[in-house]
Amino acid sequence: MLLAPDLPGPLLKLLALFFWALAIATATAFIVHPIWLPENISLNGVDVDQQLNLTLCIAGAAFVIAHMLLGLFLWRFGGKQAGRALYWHESHRMETAWTVVTAVIFVGLGLQGSRVWAREYLTDPPANAMTIEVTGQQFAWNFRYPGPDGKFGRTRPDKVDDSEGNYIGLDDGDPAGTDDITTQNVIAIPVNRPIQLIIRSRDVLHSFFVPVLRFKQDAVPGMGIPVHFTATKTGEYEVACAELCGMQHYKMRARFLVMTDTDFNAWLKSRSQ
Amino acid sequence: MSSHASTSHSTGHAAPQGFIRKYVFSTDHKVIGIQYIFLGLFSAILGTALSMMMRLRLAWPGSQFPLLEHIFPTGFPGGVMSPEFYLAVLTIHGTIMVFFLLTTVPLSGFGNYILPIQIGARDMAFPVLNMLSYWTTVVALMVLMASMFVEGGAPISGWTAYPPLSALGKIAGPGLGAGQTLWIASIAIFCLASLLTALNFITTTLNMRAAGMSLMRMPLTVWAWFTASTVALLAFPVLLGGGILLLLDRLAGTSFFLASGMVVSGKVMTNSGGSPILWQHLFWFFGHPEVYIIILPGMGITSHIISTFSRKPIFAYKAMVAAIFAIGFIGFIVWGHHMFASGMSPLVGMVFSVLTLTVGVPSAIKVFNWLATLWGGHIRCTASMLYALGFVSFFVTGGVTGLLLAQPAIDVYFHDTYFVVAHFHIIMGLAAVFSIFAALHFWFPKMFGRYMSETLGKVHFWITITGVYSIFIPMHFLGMAGAPRRYAQFTEFAYLSKLQPLTIHISWAAFVVGAAQLILLFNIFRSMRWGKRAPDNAWEATTLEWVIPSPPPHDNFGDMEPVVYRGPYEFSVPGAKADFILQTEQEVEGGE
Repeated sequence: MLLAPDLPGPLLKLLALFFWALAIATATAFIVHPIWLPENISLNGVDVDQQLNLTLCIAGAAFVIAHMLLGLFLWRFGGKQAGRALYWHESHRMETAWTVVTAVIFVGLGLQGSRVWAREYLTDPPANAMTIEVTGQQFAWNFRYPGPDGKFGRTRPDKVDDSEGNYIGLDDGDPAGTDDITTQNVIAIPVNRPIQLIIRSRDVLHSFFVPVLRFKQDAVPGMGIPVHFTATKTGEYEVACAELCGMQHYKMRARFLVMTDTDFNAWLKSRSQ
Repeated sequence: MSSHASTSHSTGHAAPQGFIRKYVFSTDHKVIGIQYIFLGLFSAILGTALSMMMRLRLAWPGSQFPLLEHIFPTGFPGGVMSPEFYLAVLTIHGTIMVFFLLTTVPLSGFGNYILPIQIGARDMAFPVLNMLSYWTTVVALMVLMASMFVEGGAPISGWTAYPPLSALGKIAGPGLGAGQTLWIASIAIFCLASLLTALNFITTTLNMRAAGMSLMRMPLTVWAWFTASTVALLAFPVLLGGGILLLLDRLAGTSFFLASGMVVSGKVMTNSGGSPILWQHLFWFFGHPEVYIIILPGMGITSHIISTFSRKPIFAYKAMVAAIFAIGFIGFIVWGHHMFASGMSPLVGMVFSVLTLTVGVPSAIKVFNWLATLWGGHIRCTASMLYALGFVSFFVTGGVTGLLLAQPAIDVYFHDTYFVVAHFHIIMGLAAVFSIFAALHFWFPKMFGRYMSETLGKVHFWITITGVYSIFIPMHFLGMAGAPRRYAQFTEFAYLSKLQPLTIHISWAAFVVGAAQLILLFNIFRSMRWGKRAPDNAWEATTLEWVIPSPPPHDNFGDMEPVVYRGPYEFSVPGAKADFILQTEQEVEGGE
């Protein structure tokens, strides 16, 4: 009548081998990693990558150890055995030990990660930071530089006119706006200089994602969300939209140019004409 | 069981006559449980078919599929799947899987069938309400299906339906008209049904237990269903409220989630005063506990099955109960980890981060206890046990990546990339689905009096576990490379287009897994009719469902008045005559 006792060993040992192989193959893939994060070009990204690697090591160790043990127990206790199973169902010492160890590791990791976060997000941008405004729209990124006066001009929703190229609704009645420089789908910044972005949206949610800077920030209508960073390497990179914004979400791309000071000033000048 | 008139305890439970009362509008918790399971099966077939279509487009974005054009003329103009159709498929896939499969089957399906029997009750506390819950769920599913066939197209805003996209109406693009309205209505109706079910489960557990079934003698499945129901009772009203506000924004011109100054498709909107982030708080205040509504029953089922087939008492029963409670409680105060990039205060993000890592502790305790239960066991290799071990593996694999996502500094890179897609598919999707497979093979003999085929079960297990790991381990690397989710194709970005070979590999693995599910379907329907006959106690197990006939009579226990004398997992007790002792056994020969 009993099904189970007739079906022990081989399949459980196979599962043990499967779990071991899974642990080894996955760990190897992460160590060799033919595909990985794109290079980091942000000052803060160095800390982020370090914390990421530390956490990956801990997560990887937990993953490998758990699967090794799982496999080991199946191998050892999966075959035919004489007598009865062990009548053993508690051990306060072991339970206390693994609870405390896990709690210390997890919460410690959280506090360590919070320090990296706080350094990046709970600090004001340096006084010499250059401010650029980012405005998402379906399905493009708009950028605005304040111009020589250092001030952004007023915007009004009713001034938005895509056919005129006024994507953000710059109000021509405000003199502070006359020297503002706007671009679409291309942003340039000088290398090694703190940059502050004010991220906005004019319609639905978008998310400003620059993989080489190691952050993304949602663009939310009605809000101007500040983020700051310093790029340390010149080159051309990409901005993606990472929040579902409609049918052409997958096409919402901007070029992200990091330039030397001289190149940047020339670029900005060419844009202001 | 006796055909004599029932004794005083079984009042009001005469078996109904006639097909409609017996199988359609039934108030019998067992029939309703099976109805939920079949509703889930239908949803799973649909949801899986949709995911196959997504994999087609992702792997070969420009290719023509003339056959699919015949079936979906508007979704495949010229045979090529349109991006908005991709987003619609993605939205319905997520919605149907999360709500109508993962929420419905482990809790409402198996919980309905098994919970009353395991505590020694003859039915749920409110049988008519139970029937109402089921049919309300059916209405919700029908409304969701209808949303795919209305003018303007199926909804495209994902299962999270973030406003403004979901609130603006058709001005914001295709798929945001009537289809989106019906989507919200469907979810609101589903909330109502889930609330009624939760109420019923809680009352039943607290009030209907047999003599001797003290709380600390309840099987861990019952603890898990009870806790998940409590979480559901507190979480679903928030989504219901949010859904109603979102409907008002769409239909009545309010601005709960809409800020001033929006310009949509060239038109200046007149809304003012609302906040899109408010929806995210309401949604995730529900949405994160929802993850635990899905996974707690899976944990209960896994504990139950691992104990049974290791022939050992579950290790640290009390700690397991405490961990279920801790997860249910802490699960309510971690929702902000979905919102690190939303514009929420960074300081609040830090608090949510540490709380989120805290919820990892009771989760880890459960894994340790499952391992300790295996130690020294006489492990029986049933298909059900293999699936339960698969659950443990997925719970670990999906859990450890949570350590990365819980830290905002790291999460703002991974948020909304395929790393997250891999993470939640493993820990929420696969773990829960494997608990469903385990439960199905385990309780099928009770439900239908016949075993499912062990051989087919094992073949299905091996193909599925190998296949899904071939999908989701590589998928982490898409996320590592920074591939955003909800992209209809990866070809528009230089840094993404080099990922295409990996995407194609994932699609092929997905097709294998999808095809393998036919084995499961075949096994279910074949075994109902031709499976090997099962005795009442099909697995030599200990809890109350194994005391009664398979399938059980309408009032479960007939003339028997179940009395419970011991805990739920008395396996391999030294000196006992068998290696299991039923909860109803009073004396143990030879003592302990």
